[in-house]
Amino acid sequence: MSLATLSLTQASRLLQRGEISSRELTRAALDSIAAQNGRLNAFLFVDEPGALKQADAADESRKRKAAPSPLSGIPLAVKDVLTVAGMPCTCGSKILENYIPPFTATAVKKLQEAGMVVLGKTNTDEFAMGSSTENSAYGVTRNPWDLSRVPGGSSGGSAAAVAARMACAALGSDTGGSVRQPASFCGVTGLKPTYGRVSRYGLVAYGSSLDSVGAFGRSAQDVAAIFSAMQGSDPLDATAQNLPAGEISLEAPDNLQGVRIGVPKEYFIDGIQPAVEKKIREAIALFEQLGAEIIEISLPHTEYALPVYYLIAPAEASANLARFDGVRYGPRAEAETMWDVFTKTRGEKFGDEVQRRIMLGTYALSAGYYDAFYGQAQKVRTLIKRDFEQAFSLVDAIACPVAPTTAFPIGAHGDDPLAMYLEDVFTLPANLAGVPGLAFPVGFDENQLPVGMQLMGPHFAEAALLRLAHAYQQATEWHLAILPPL
Amino acid sequence: MPYEPVIGLEVHIEMQTRSKMFCACPVVDSVSAAPNTAVCPICAGHPGTLPVVNARAVEFALRVALALGCQINPVSIFARKNYFYPDIPKGYQITQYEQPLAEHGKITLHTSQGEKTIRIRRAHLEEDTGKLTHVATDWESDKRITDSADEAEKQKSGEPANRQTGKSSNEKTGQSGKSYSLVDLNRAGVPLLEIVTEPDFRSAEEVRLYAETLRALVRYLSVNSGDLEKGVMRIEPNISVRPRGSKTLGTKVEIKNLNSFRALERGVTYEIARQSALLGSGRIVLQETVGWDEGRQATYSQRSKEDAHDYRYFPEPDLPPLVIDTAWLERVRAELPELPWQRAQRLERDFGLSAAEVARLVEEKDLGEYFEQVVQAGVSPRLAFAWVTGELTSLMNAAGAGFDFSKVHPKELAALIGLVAAGTINQPTAKTVLAEMFTSGQSAANIVAARGLAQISDETAIARLVAETCAENPAEVDSFHAGKKTVFNFLFGQVMKKAGGKANPQTARALLSQALRQK
Ligand SMILES: [Zn+2]
Repeated sequence: MSLATLSLTQASRLLQRGEISSRELTRAALDSIAAQNGRLNAFLFVDEPGALKQADAADESRKRKAAPSPLSGIPLAVKDVLTVAGMPCTCGSKILENYIPPFTATAVKKLQEAGMVVLGKTNTDEFAMGSSTENSAYGVTRNPWDLSRVPGGSSGGSAAAVAARMACAALGSDTGGSVRQPASFCGVTGLKPTYGRVSRYGLVAYGSSLDSVGAFGRSAQDVAAIFSAMQGSDPLDATAQNLPAGEISLEAPDNLQGVRIGVPKEYFIDGIQPAVEKKIREAIALFEQLGAEIIEISLPHTEYALPVYYLIAPAEASANLARFDGVRYGPRAEAETMWDVFTKTRGEKFGDEVQRRIMLGTYALSAGYYDAFYGQAQKVRTLIKRDFEQAFSLVDAIACPVAPTTAFPIGAHGDDPLAMYLEDVFTLPANLAGVPGLAFPVGFDENQLPVGMQLMGPHFAEAALLRLAHAYQQATEWHLAILPPL
Repeated sequence: MPYEPVIGLEVHIEMQTRSKMFCACPVVDSVSAAPNTAVCPICAGHPGTLPVVNARAVEFALRVALALGCQINPVSIFARKNYFYPDIPKGYQITQYEQPLAEHGKITLHTSQGEKTIRIRRAHLEEDTGKLTHVATDWESDKRITDSADEAEKQKSGEPANRQTGKSSNEKTGQSGKSYSLVDLNRAGVPLLEIVTEPDFRSAEEVRLYAETLRALVRYLSVNSGDLEKGVMRIEPNISVRPRGSKTLGTKVEIKNLNSFRALERGVTYEIARQSALLGSGRIVLQETVGWDEGRQATYSQRSKEDAHDYRYFPEPDLPPLVIDTAWLERVRAELPELPWQRAQRLERDFGLSAAEVARLVEEKDLGEYFEQVVQAGVSPRLAFAWVTGELTSLMNAAGAGFDFSKVHPKELAALIGLVAAGTINQPTAKTVLAEMFTSGQSAANIVAARGLAQISDETAIARLVAETCAENPAEVDSFHAGKKTVFNFLFGQVMKKAGGKANPQTARALLSQALRQK
């Protein structure tokens, strides 16, 4: 059995006992990537020599009993919207082809300081705009459970990498569901932390007020370990919350007595795939068996989340992506005048979806439209936040589906951006409210595709969500399911 | 028909803190520093970077806002101002829009027509842009070589077609023989305070006085060097004219590129005359932005209203609201130094100087402080004023390095003035001595002793020189007695010449007239 099949928690234990070395573990991950990436296209860049060097350093420090953390020596994949000094950062876009950032994202840096081994960069929808990883300029990533299907997105490369045992863990970013939905599609556990809980420094911005850096692992335990190490304040991010860092312990409670879980009626809508609803209901029933109290709740402004998101995120994106002009970095189109250089570079190098959202956002902010669109969207966002505040005065967590469907076939939403936008209908609200959301597998549909449940909690309640999922994973084996042979 | 101008001002003042507004890069002299040497991923707008507010810059801005009597908003909001230009690396400028740092201040000017109060509408923080240098490599000349953060020009579609942008090593365009542009991001991200007035000015003089007062203020507050030529303080008036007595406002024209107080006053005067002439001949004024052409001493059109840009402002999501708590505000207030107008009042009151004299003293902080130290050393305010603003300032100006405290210590100047008062040396000698003090750093007493410059006050000695002079010039003495009184000055000159310039002039004068009366 390859060491690549070890989960982060297992690998950490064996490393600490000295039963395996980081070099062996990293070698196994690199071999797994070499064997599968041609099919899956999960990684855009693999730094084999760098990874082995970091692995050796981790082994060395462990030998000296100076390992910086239990994560030391564990291979990590990083979504290509997070910078790692010296590695390309394309954001899945031609406009950053061959761009090598001179600095490392804070979240990655904290994990590197904990001793983790960065394997390389994973595929993403261009600038994280998409729900299928089909919008990458560098080809679609395939779902390891069914190569004809998408892995979800935009962090599809990271989710697929963890599902396919190419990395013990991976980082993603979540602006409207980009960690949770691919976690669900790929049958792994993925956390979108509270806005501001993890520094955004080095995360190439899409929707700055919505973006958060999240993590993928095989289990809640895996994710808790990564999250503990990367969360916390950062002098380089003014919106990062000044919370003390600290390890989250996941002592599995004997039962969930006293835990109140809310089930929002607005999240069980027409159009939801029956198998998805069935599995979610079953998981809720299990939580009840474990002792939790299940309460039906309402998040009345849920239906506005989608239009609100598609005004705010593109508006912020239209400004965030203005810097890509071909002047200071990235490829530059040749043209006679300065303006032509700008427009030609941007017109040629940005993909359709990115251009669509830039146009949408520019329009939403334009004089005469601002109040009706961006201004109004911010007001409704406040109502959505209030929905959550009210809900969390009644319950400790909210349980619902991650997405209305399981992984869909590649090309299924090709001509229909709106259908694609609906993929995120259950995940967008958490970003608008800034609350944490956790996705984890709760079964399979009729096509043997994973179904994911989402737990949402109050601001900074990541530990509570992780503990609930951990309790669930102690009682079930969905998260241990092995990929079918491909 | 007589016309009346209505003028408002926007002034951009760099807050010359150690580091930039949103990153740790140093604030460097953008004229002398090598291009792109104070740049990091943040101020170069690399993807993934985020701004963090420099609290010191906020404090500098608070000093100015408090000094102007502004209300400080306890919460102010940063916003993004979106536009494309290579000197704005992020594609937007972080500024404050709907909720500025400060509002509703005022400043009082002492004009030739009396006191005049100018209302400050708002003062807000933002970041400066980079600098572009347009290089013309062929016959197409471009007068405006350096684009002084002048975003007006950038927006206009009439941008000369030969302008290209590029990295600092612009091989391609350079080789092709076309003109191109060089980008220097040293200034990108330097903290800026923008101060906007109400349209309260009615003359070019008021505009100049306001700018001078503001410059004195920012120097007093140690937030800015006041070097207009270096662009660290940029003044942009908007001007309209209307028939005198009219209540409605005319069409507004904004002037840019005013790099000195002289250019400011001339530019405003020119624009008032231009607009008045247009209206006078029955034509209309176009709403536009104009630039001041120093060479032609005239304005030229830069951008018309049609090219006005939609900046699509929205709150900056990367920065939480800026909160100024009372404790912080009160600390800054308590640390404010004496302001120029406060000093002026005090000097006028305590030293009996005229308003004009006081104005001269407070214009430059160091000059005023120097003056006070000379007075403290025992010199009368009037004498101190004469020496400090006269001979000493001439020497400083000739040396060309601004007012340098260290050249002649105020106590040394006081000692020199003391030597004159005691009659040890006379006024002309004292000027020579001061010049030597200035260059050598020696004390007045040492110079006087070493060069034997002490004046002759001994009456017997001077009387002897007077007697000799009269004996040697009988014809002149006769013509004096015949009524030609101007001959006195000639004879006096002869006495002083005999004394080698060292005779006490009062004594010499008295003894000479005594001698002539006796004859
Ligand atoms: Zn910088």
